[in-house]
Parts: sequence; structure tokens; C-alpha cells
Amino acid sequence: MPQVIGVPKETAAGEKRVATVPEVVEKLVKLGFKVAVQTGAGDAANFSDDVYRAAGAEVMDGAARLWAASDIVFKVRGPTAEEIGLMREGSTLVSFIWPAQNPELLKQLAAKKATVLAMDSVPRISRAQKLDALSSMANIAGYRAVIEAAHHFGRFFTGQITAAGKVPPAKVFVIGAGVAGLAAIGTASGLGAIVRANDTRPEVGDQVKSMGGEFVTVDYQEEGTGVGGYAKVMSEGFLKAQAGVFAKQAKEVDIIITTALIPGKPAPKLITAEMVKSMKPGSVIVDMAAEQGGNCELTIPHQVTVAHGVTIIGYSDLPSRLSKQSSTLYSTNLFRLTEELCKTKDGIINVNMEDEVIRGTTVIKEGKITWPPPAPKLSAAPPAAAKPAATAPAAKKGHGHGGAGAPASAKSMTIMFAVAAVLFWFIGANAPAAFLNHFTVFVLACFVGYMVVWNVTPALHTPLMSVTNAISSIIAIGALVQVAPPLAVAAGADRPEVWILGLAVVGIALTSINMFGGFAVTQRMLQMFRK
Amino acid sequence: MSATLATVSYIGATILFILSLGGLSNPESSRRGNLYGMIGMTIAVLATVFGPHVTSTGYAWIIAAMVVGASIGLYAARIVRMTQMPELVALMHSLVGLAAMLVGFANYIDPAAAGMFTGAEKTIHELEIYIGILIGAVTFTGSVIAFGKLSGKISGKPMLLPGRHLLNLAGLLIVIWFGGTFINTHSVSDGMTPLIVMSVIALLFGIHMVMAIGGADMPVVISMLNSYSGWAAAATGFMLNNDLLIVTGALVGSSGAILSYIMCRAMNRHFLSVIAGGFGTGGGTPAVAGGGAQPAGEVVPILAAATAELLREARNVIIVPGYGMAVAQAQHSVYEITRYLREKGVNVRFGIHPVAGRMPGHMNVLLAEAKVPYDIVLEMDELNADFPDTDVAMVIGANDIVNPAAQEDPTSPIAGMPVLEVWKAKTSIVMKRSMASGYAGVDNPLFYKENNRMLFGDAKKMLDEVLVALKA
Repeated sequence: MPQVIGVPKETAAGEKRVATVPEVVEKLVKLGFKVAVQTGAGDAANFSDDVYRAAGAEVMDGAARLWAASDIVFKVRGPTAEEIGLMREGSTLVSFIWPAQNPELLKQLAAKKATVLAMDSVPRISRAQKLDALSSMANIAGYRAVIEAAHHFGRFFTGQITAAGKVPPAKVFVIGAGVAGLAAIGTASGLGAIVRANDTRPEVGDQVKSMGGEFVTVDYQEEGTGVGGYAKVMSEGFLKAQAGVFAKQAKEVDIIITTALIPGKPAPKLITAEMVKSMKPGSVIVDMAAEQGGNCELTIPHQVTVAHGVTIIGYSDLPSRLSKQSSTLYSTNLFRLTEELCKTKDGIINVNMEDEVIRGTTVIKEGKITWPPPAPKLSAAPPAAAKPAATAPAAKKGHGHGGAGAPASAKSMTIMFAVAAVLFWFIGANAPAAFLNHFTVFVLACFVGYMVVWNVTPALHTPLMSVTNAISSIIAIGALVQVAPPLAVAAGADRPEVWILGLAVVGIALTSINMFGGFAVTQRMLQMFRK
Repeated sequence: MSATLATVSYIGATILFILSLGGLSNPESSRRGNLYGMIGMTIAVLATVFGPHVTSTGYAWIIAAMVVGASIGLYAARIVRMTQMPELVALMHSLVGLAAMLVGFANYIDPAAAGMFTGAEKTIHELEIYIGILIGAVTFTGSVIAFGKLSGKISGKPMLLPGRHLLNLAGLLIVIWFGGTFINTHSVSDGMTPLIVMSVIALLFGIHMVMAIGGADMPVVISMLNSYSGWAAAATGFMLNNDLLIVTGALVGSSGAILSYIMCRAMNRHFLSVIAGGFGTGGGTPAVAGGGAQPAGEVVPILAAATAELLREARNVIIVPGYGMAVAQAQHSVYEITRYLREKGVNVRFGIHPVAGRMPGHMNVLLAEAKVPYDIVLEMDELNADFPDTDVAMVIGANDIVNPAAQEDPTSPIAGMPVLEVWKAKTSIVMKRSMASGYAGVDNPLFYKENNRMLFGDAKKMLDEVLVALKA
């Protein structure tokens, strides 16, 4: 009996996302599940009920009916108390939960004997990347943050020289180069702005550059990488040095986008009121950490405010503002999770706590709270100290190879010359004059061949082989002169005519195959080389 | 035709042969180069036939033999498929080797040829016969085995006899010892025994040598045999006092030697270790297991439709073909995809590793056959630096030549071999029939890279599906 996946309409105010899009419904059905969607669930994300029906979902009227019918519920936001009330005992819920911030919610769900998988608790290991909904959402949020900033910013992003005068490019400063930060850097530089970025983790510098940004470093020695590739709380000395850098940037740039978050902690206050005051009027700050208290002192969560002439955007629903895109990506993440849960493709999930990914994601198993999970075995980014050690021998090996190669070849050259000298001396001392004539020709021909063949383009190596093949049928001449030589002197007496003739004729026939076949096939090949 | 006129014709033929090889420096001039070769050959043959060494009684025989040979040769050239080129070339090498043997024997039993020499000249002449037959015999059987391996009639795996180096050494010593005996004999019948013993050993050596070499080393073997066939011709030239044969043989011989060198360098292998044989399946696998560098991670499969999606959205695409493309006869499908993408403004290029395929330049010929313009078919060194700017790198039936272990893992058996850095592209797609390792028997960490996708299936079938999805 296949299990039913239910997709209710999101109830949070302003939430436009939907946990499953029609495209994913089809894939879920292929995995063997039945899918039920609440009427109007996808409306805000531009997916109509009809499209869901066409994809194979059953559309149900009313939340109560849907929750009752579902073995598994896919949601975006964590359930409200009301929704938990509707939940069937022992069913499964997949959504964002934020277990650290919502212990009460965990208890309520546990009381329902539910199994709950939190999409925010997916372990940060390579294998789990395809179901990392936080990254998908952060990516969208980073994009949207730039778009919101552009909306409130009174100028172009890109510099232009117009007939009416010169427009300077906007300067954007991004704090925190995680997924959201990198997306913001890419989007802003794509719009033509000059982008700078800072992060406490020095190893992300290359990623910033790859997205088109400039990495601004804080001149203070401290490693900022915590467990799982996330940032950690920094020392006071560092924070002071960092504040100095930010204050300087605040005076120069037009737009600041902050994404600094430390897991399970309130967002660090990085942009002070002083810094906001020092910014140019008309500047924009997008505080993507608003929900966790904000990186800027003046941020009001969920709202846009103007302070000291600077627009401060504190939206916490940036992904939801791009509802179609975020719904699509989120539901793909859910689908990947479902694949992991249902490896048998029979429409029944198996919450296998032996699997590292599923173990990390599961916060409640059949009514028992299993959060927090044991520490992940592997960090996403290897410790920085190990990195140079790992790469250095390889690099050294590369150089060493070339370095050792040069003297070795000089040595072998000397040996070769010595051998050649001895050989030539031996031949010169013993061989008759007639042989030496031929030998001269032979050696010179080798060198001519050497020079000519090095000029052959590698693309034509096969034709080269077939043409040399054809040319080596010149050996036919050897056979030709034996067929019927003008018999001089008395040698003809005991000449085994038949044998020689036979051998020679067969020789001619064989080499003719080469001669004609070789040239013909070369010609055929060369005809094909066209521009 | 007088002797001097014949000699001058030979000089003309020599020049034409050199021009013929010189013409191959670029595809535009290559067709003319081939024409020079044909003219040179015609001149050489005519000058010989009408020269002082052939009397009119032999014309009938010569014409008959040439007609037979020519019809076989032309027929073979017409029907051969481009994917079978390595086999054809190997087979033709064997013919040259066999012809060299026959000419050597004919020359030895001909008292008219031997009677001209005395003393040191006679010794040298006999030595030339001996060496000529030796090289011819090795070329002959070596090429036949190479043909068998390439056409799949013989297993591509290296066959390693116990104590094979000792066997070879013993063979060499016997050949040298009989060489001494041979030179000291005074009549043809006395010399025949050592000559035949040597021939048999040389024939066996040719078989043994190529049997011990694995499929991936075939490009080296083919070029080496190409070189041998040249040296055989040169030795025959010495034997017959014919400079044209010497020059031509030397040209061909050095050409093959250079190709072998290029192939060895492209695999970061020493020529001697290739000849000693046994790469991959035999000695390599335990070393890999012992090295413990087992790539960990997950292989992400992809379907044809998603591949088409990636290609459609790409701006820069590099296609890396390998032997698998030849096996699947997929070059035409590759071309169709290339043409479609190029019409859409995608920059499609091909990256060719020097040892891709089973003979030097094999991939170029296949792509040329499928009408891929040669100016987008580039060498490894020409585009290796461009991978970071490439959106999609598509690997079709290649394995070892795109193995990052060559650069990253110093313990890998292929460490240091130059490879195409496809993993630096934003996405790489590897088309393969299964997860089996390549000829070198080395596991490929590329498959486990995060930005790599595996498109499993027969290359041609999958490419056709991709094409359908592209056009849909």
C-alpha cells in the first residue's frame, strides 16, 4: 500500500512558497507514492490546481482533510500548533524546523508520535549536498537581496558613459561569503557593480574571486572556520580589527549586504549605528540576518526602514519573494531526500538511522527526540593546516620531475654520443669504402626524416603512418631487380631460377598491396580533413 | 634506360618522398603531399623496371604480380572503415616485413648477387642479408599479432610468459651466435640452416614481443612496427646496394621512431618499459590496491535529457573522445551534436590526447571522417588551459587520458602522465558503458568528483538520445 504524501497550503503570513511543485509530483509518483495537494497550495507560486492534477496529484479541499489523509507531510515552514493538532498520530513530517530555536515545537511533535525530518539539519557532507535546502534557499536569498537593494538604490549598478555624462559604477560590499553571500556577489557583479567581500574564513577568498568579487581581508591572524564549514565566534581582538575594516568600507561603498550567521547563535552585530551614519545618503543596507537579530544595529526585522538617509532592508522572507524559483528548488531537495528514504522505489519510506544523512536530518523518530545528532564524521572543508601539506609533495614532485629530467637527459645524451662515437670508429676502421657511401646516405636520410617528421601536425599522425607505410613498399624495388636480372658472367650456372622468381613475384605482389592500398587509403583520409 | 638515368630518377623519387612527408605538416598541403608520394613511387618503380637490372622477360611476371597486389590493396583501401585504420596499418606493416624477408632469402640464394663480393665486402653483404631478414621477420609476426589484438581476434590483455626477459635474451644470444656461423659459411646450402633458425627465432620473438604488450600501449607498438618496416627497407637497400631503398627506409624508420617517442612521452612511459610489456592488468592492479588511494564519493548518473539541457545552456563545450567513441562508431552522432550546438552559437571544441585511440592521430581521422572541421579539433596542450572557462566537458569513451590521479596521486601507476584536465570544467560528463577502469587498470577519481556526471550506456545510442533531446 503506497504511502500518501500531503502538501498543505502554507499558513504563515506572506509565505508564498509551496513544498512540492508539479514537476516533482510526477517524480514522486514514479517512486511509487501517492501525492495529495491542498486546494490553492501552489497559487502564490503560480502553480494552479489543474497543473497539479495533470501531474498526477489528488487535489483536496481543506487543510483538515489533507492532513488526515497524509502519511507524510511536506511543508516549507515548521507547523503551527493548529497544524500539529490536525496531524495524524505516527505520521511523518518534512519541513524546516530549526530545532535549536524551537524546543517547544519539538515537544509538541514528539507528543504526536511523529517522525520529523528537518530540512535545516541536513548534515554538511558532500553526499548530502543535493538535499541541502538551506543552500538552495540561501542562493535565492542572495540573488533577491541584490535585487531588493537595486530596487531601493537610486542609481545604476553598472558604470556607463552616456551622452548625458558619466555614471560611476555602484560599489557593493558583501559581508559573509557563504552560499548567500556568494550568490549576492555573483548577482551584483553580473549587474556591473564593483563588488568587495569579507569573510572570517580566509579559504573562501578564491570563491569570492571566482564570482567576480574582490576579497577584503582583515589584518589579524585567526582561523575562522568552525565545524561543518560554518563560521565560528571570533576573538575580541579580531572583532576590533574587523570593525575598522567595515567602518572604512562603509564610507566608500553604496550598498552593504550582510549575511553573517553563526549556527545556533544570534547574528553578530557588525554594522554599528556610527557606520550607518557615515554612509552616503541614498545608500542601501540589506540585512539578510534580520531574522536572527540582524547584523546591523538599526535593522528592524521584516521591514524596510530609513535611518540617517540609508535604507535598511530587514526582510526575512527573501526566498519567498522568488516563490516559483524557491519552491522548485526546495521541492527538488525534498525529492532527493525522498529518494534516500525510499531506495526500494515502492512508495514506502524507510527512516534508516544507520544512514549518516538521514540520521542527521531526522530530529524526531517515532515520538523520540533524536536531536542533536552525533557530530558529523567529515567536515565539508578539510582543516586548512592539512591543505598545504597535502598539496606540497605533489607540487614538488611535479617540479622535481622536470628538474631531474633535464640533467638525466644530458647524461644520457653524453652516453649516446659516446656510443655513437665508438660505433662510428668501429665502422670507419673496418667497413669497405662502398659500404661507407651507403652508410653516409643512410645517416643523412635519418636526419632528414627526423626534421621532416617533427613538422608533421599531430592531427595527421594516422595519415603519416599510412603514407610511410605506402612509401616503405619501396622495398618492391628489391624484389623487382630479382625477377629477371640480366645474367652476366658465368654465375647463371647453378642459379635456382624458380625459387628466386617465386620469392620475388610474391614479394612484388605483397608490396603492391601496400603501395596501392597505402596511398589510396591515405588519399581517402586526407580528403576528409576539411575546415 | 641507362644506369645513370635510373639513378637520377631515384634521386627525384627520394625528393618527392621527402616532400610527401613534409606536406603532412598541415591538412591543406597534405593532399598534395600524398600526390608527391604517388608520383615518387611511380617514378621509382618505372625507373627500376625499365632500368638496367630488369630484362624484358620479367615484365609479364611483374605486371601480373602488381595487378594482383594492386587490386587487393585498392579494394582494402576502399572498404576499410576509419575505425579499422589501426588494423589495416598493422596488416600492411606485416606485408612489408614479409616482403623484406622474401627479398632477403631470394638475394641470398642468388649466386649472381653474392658473386660480386669478396672478403670484407662479402661479410658485410651477408650481415646485411642476415639483419634484413631478422628485422623483416620481427616486423612480420609482430604486426600480425598487433593486427589480431586490434581487431579483437586476440585478447588485448598482455600475455606474460614466465621469465620472458630471459627468453628474449636467450633468443638474442642464439641469433648472434648463428650470425657468426652464418658469416663463416662458404656455400649457400651451408648458410641456409643458420638463416632459417634465425628466421624462426625472429618470428617467434615478434609474436612474443607484441603478445606481452597491453591494448593501451598499442599506439606505441604500431608506431614502433612502422619504424621497423622502415628499417627493414633500409637493410634491404644495403643488401642490394640501392640508395633509394636506404633513404626511403631511413625516412620511414625515423618517422616511426619519432611517433613512438611522442606516444611514450604522452603516456609518461619509457620506450623500453613499453616494449618490456605488461602494463595495466598484470602488474598495475596490485599496485593500485596497495596504494590505497581508493577514490571515495558518490557517482552521480545523468540521463540524456539532462545532458542535452546542460549542453544547451553552455557557452563553451569541450568534447574529449577516446577509443570508446571508435568502438561505438559514434563519431557521426558527435558531429551532429556539434553542428547543432555550433549553429546555436555554442563554442564547441575537441580535445585530443596524443594516445587517444589505438594509433597516433586515430581520433583526428575519425572526426574528420564525420566532417568535423579540423580547426576545432585541438591538441591537449592547445586547450588544457581553457578547461576552467569551459561550461561542459564531455568525455566520450575515454578514461585514462582524463584521470586526475595522474596529477594528484603520486603513487598511481599513471602518475605524471599528461592528461586532459576535464575536471576543471564547470561540469564534466563522462559517457561510459560501465564503471570499469581503463586499460591502465587504474580507478578514475574523476567519476567521483562533485561536478562530474556519468552518462551510462553505449556512446552512440546515448549521443543519439542527447541529440533528440537537444532538438526537442
